[in-house]
Amino acid sequence: MILADDNSSPLKLFSYFSNNHSQVLSWLWSHAWLSVVPVVIGLIVSLPLGWLARRYRWVYPPMVSLTGLLYTIPSIALFVVMPSLLGTRILDPINVVVALSVYTVALLVRVVADGLGSVPEEVNQAATAMGLTRFQRLLKVELPIAVPVIAAGLRVAAVSNVSMVAVAATIGVPELGQLFTNGFQLSVSGPYYPPILLGLILCVILALVLDFAIVLLNRSLTPWRRVVAAR
Amino acid sequence: MISFSGVITWLNDPGNWRDRVGQEGIFTQLLNHLQYSVVAILIALAIGLPLGLLIGHSGRATFIVSAVNALRALPTVGLLILFYVIIGPHIHGKGDAAFLIPTEIVLVLLATPPILANTYAGVQNVEPAARDAAAGMGMTSTQVLFRVELPNALPLIFSGLRSAALQVIATATIAAYVGLGGLGRFVYDGLASRDFPQMTGGAILVAILALVVDLLLALGQRYAVSRGVSGRFSKRALPADSRSGEVVQLEVASA
Amino acid sequence: MIRFEHVSKRYPDGTVAVDDLDLIAPSNQITVFVGPSGCGKTTSLRMINRMIDPTGGKIFIDDQDASRVEPAKLRRGIGYVIQHAGLFPHRTIVDNVATVPFLLGHDKRAARKRAMELIERVGLDPKMAKRYPAQLSGGQQQRVGVARALAADPPVMLMDEPFSAVDPVVREQLQNEFLRLQGELGKTIVFVTHDIDEAIKLGDQVAVLRVGGHLAQLATPAELLAQPADPFVAGFVGRDRGYRALGFTAAGTLPTNDEPTVRLGADLRQAKGSAQNGWVLVVDDRQQPQGWLAFDGVADSALHGQVTSDLLNLGGTLARQGGTLREALDAALSSPSGRGVVIDDERRLIGTLTASEVLQRIEERAASTRHEAGVAMASSAPAGSVVDGAP
Repeated sequence: MILADDNSSPLKLFSYFSNNHSQVLSWLWSHAWLSVVPVVIGLIVSLPLGWLARRYRWVYPPMVSLTGLLYTIPSIALFVVMPSLLGTRILDPINVVVALSVYTVALLVRVVADGLGSVPEEVNQAATAMGLTRFQRLLKVELPIAVPVIAAGLRVAAVSNVSMVAVAATIGVPELGQLFTNGFQLSVSGPYYPPILLGLILCVILALVLDFAIVLLNRSLTPWRRVVAAR
Repeated sequence: MISFSGVITWLNDPGNWRDRVGQEGIFTQLLNHLQYSVVAILIALAIGLPLGLLIGHSGRATFIVSAVNALRALPTVGLLILFYVIIGPHIHGKGDAAFLIPTEIVLVLLATPPILANTYAGVQNVEPAARDAAAGMGMTSTQVLFRVELPNALPLIFSGLRSAALQVIATATIAAYVGLGGLGRFVYDGLASRDFPQMTGGAILVAILALVVDLLLALGQRYAVSRGVSGRFSKRALPADSRSGEVVQLEVASA
Repeated sequence: MIRFEHVSKRYPDGTVAVDDLDLIAPSNQITVFVGPSGCGKTTSLRMINRMIDPTGGKIFIDDQDASRVEPAKLRRGIGYVIQHAGLFPHRTIVDNVATVPFLLGHDKRAARKRAMELIERVGLDPKMAKRYPAQLSGGQQQRVGVARALAADPPVMLMDEPFSAVDPVVREQLQNEFLRLQGELGKTIVFVTHDIDEAIKLGDQVAVLRVGGHLAQLATPAELLAQPADPFVAGFVGRDRGYRALGFTAAGTLPTNDEPTVRLGADLRQAKGSAQNGWVLVVDDRQQPQGWLAFDGVADSALHGQVTSDLLNLGGTLARQGGTLREALDAALSSPSGRGVVIDDERRLIGTLTASEVLQRIEERAASTRHEAGVAMASSAPAGSVVDGAP
């Protein structure tokens, strides 16, 4: 009944997009950027932290609890508190990047530590027995074997980042979430669906694309797994 | 640059905690926030827990789990605004109902997937030998579910519940954007009036609320889960051949 | 007594797990189902307590048709032990053991008290009772599994490879204690294993199943070794069966020779005087053999002091008088002096005998068996038995 409404017809969706395409594309671009950069930063930070938690057993419990604690802070709260911590302006996209990087680290530290720990003990011992140094073992044995676990963590981080970036639009950061806030403001006199639906569709597409990119990356980094799967 | 001293002043002002004419204080909004969240989590539990137990126990209709999981890719702000725009105009009068009903629907949509997926996974992960032994000793199907599968699934069910609670508390904040009460009011009102101490103070209160609720649920978990399952027993008594098999849990926190 | 009457299990995809199984598992005895994987042994076991329902035929437990009893009720009256024990991780050991009494609605305190008794009975420290399964080793968990199956004192026990997930040393311990326990309890037991040695060791009768769920042979362990029904059973029973069959043949009263002995603590030079062929048997104050002492190539001048236990060769095994021919032969073959030591029930020395003397006894037993078989052949058709099956 509601979706049959004139304002929600697919034609309206397309005309809304063609009328605003430069604006929408720039939001899409910054949305993608705001989603991806924290994943990359988060990964770079979590790798050494996760390794530390693995290497020194006593580091693991406090590290995992602390990062778990960070994860309980709602994203909107983190976006809003960031300016006080960083000295940035309220609407600075840096706030979003840093906040989401914090989340990604919170998620990935444990994943990296557990992933490095998923290497069977006999494999590690064989590597040591063959004369690999601790660093070589990390690079050539532990990290490759941990890739699928880390990739699974990255997929979760990327998909949830797309959703969390949209939240920042409610405090005025320009990205795809603006389609929701615009739709909300345009619906004051009566429902106006095109921007809201367009935003949902673009967000889902962006999440799927990022997810798929990580799957591809994981596959290209772990060729041996395909051999096993093909058997 | 916003300094924290203003935030502390705002939080320390008793006037901000009490209701004033035209504006509800922190106490009221805290209660509102809790109320929206608890209602949504209870409804999500009522849906996700029995469904997850049933699917996990019977091994049937597992597609429901993946279908519900796919919901997680949707951005919650978008859903919130969509539901508000769809439902809002059809509800007249009755105070907050126009904001509350769409918000609760979205919060339930948000909280159900982690509870359902984790309950299902928890039941699935129960050692097949334990399940087989239970049936072999003469437990009925229902007894196997409630005396063996459920107690052993509790750690995963709790982790799903905690993840759901965090997401609900976070998203209930955003509901203030469409006009609902709750701690999000301070964030968005502060933003609108450029009252940054109020905005940051509200955000900090949300974070504290989330932490406290998570802590309470963690305590509940400690109380409810058997030590034999959580592994909280004296490690000295462990036999040499046992290794802790911790399950890597990934949870999406949107919003 | 458990009776299989033309029992079959055929799956919808056409696979036949069990094909027309017809056998009786007698009361108070251990019946072992053994065979390679895919022979339907576990399926046959699980049909008894209706974990799987047969597609044809009937199973009777003490003349009651199992298919007419409600599954949960049926199972509460049958003990069930499985490979990985299947203990409930969330319950303490004592509550695990008391599972079935709790299900039956027995008084909790009485059920726990009985569980404590069983925990001790299966050889566990009562301190374990308050622990959780994750705190126990695999062997300990398996003992709890047995205790749990015994808790409601069921007349029938089903055991599905209960000892195969533990290491060989622990397995042997568990097997021995299981036999001791069965000696006290006399349950009707159906036991599944893929290990023919375990089947022969534990079974009062052994059912060898072949792939496709056919019963290849049902026999006592001795019969199985002596007279495999067909090449499949012969191959499955394996090598050395002539020798292994000796383990089921009573030696009777062995003709022993007197053996001169010296005591621990005796003077070494005097001990040498008692040696025969360079070896002397050392016993303790109660005449229990302790080991052999060698004097070959040792000059008298090198002999100082007393006979102490660290000088002894412990290589020889001991044969009990009234034991099996296998024990007697092994005692002779393993003895460093070539003289096998025979002891009585109090482990006191009776005498010694050589391998050729044991072989002579084996020959005598075989001859009498051939004679009996010849008599039997006159009345019935097949024969070929080498060794008597009397335990």
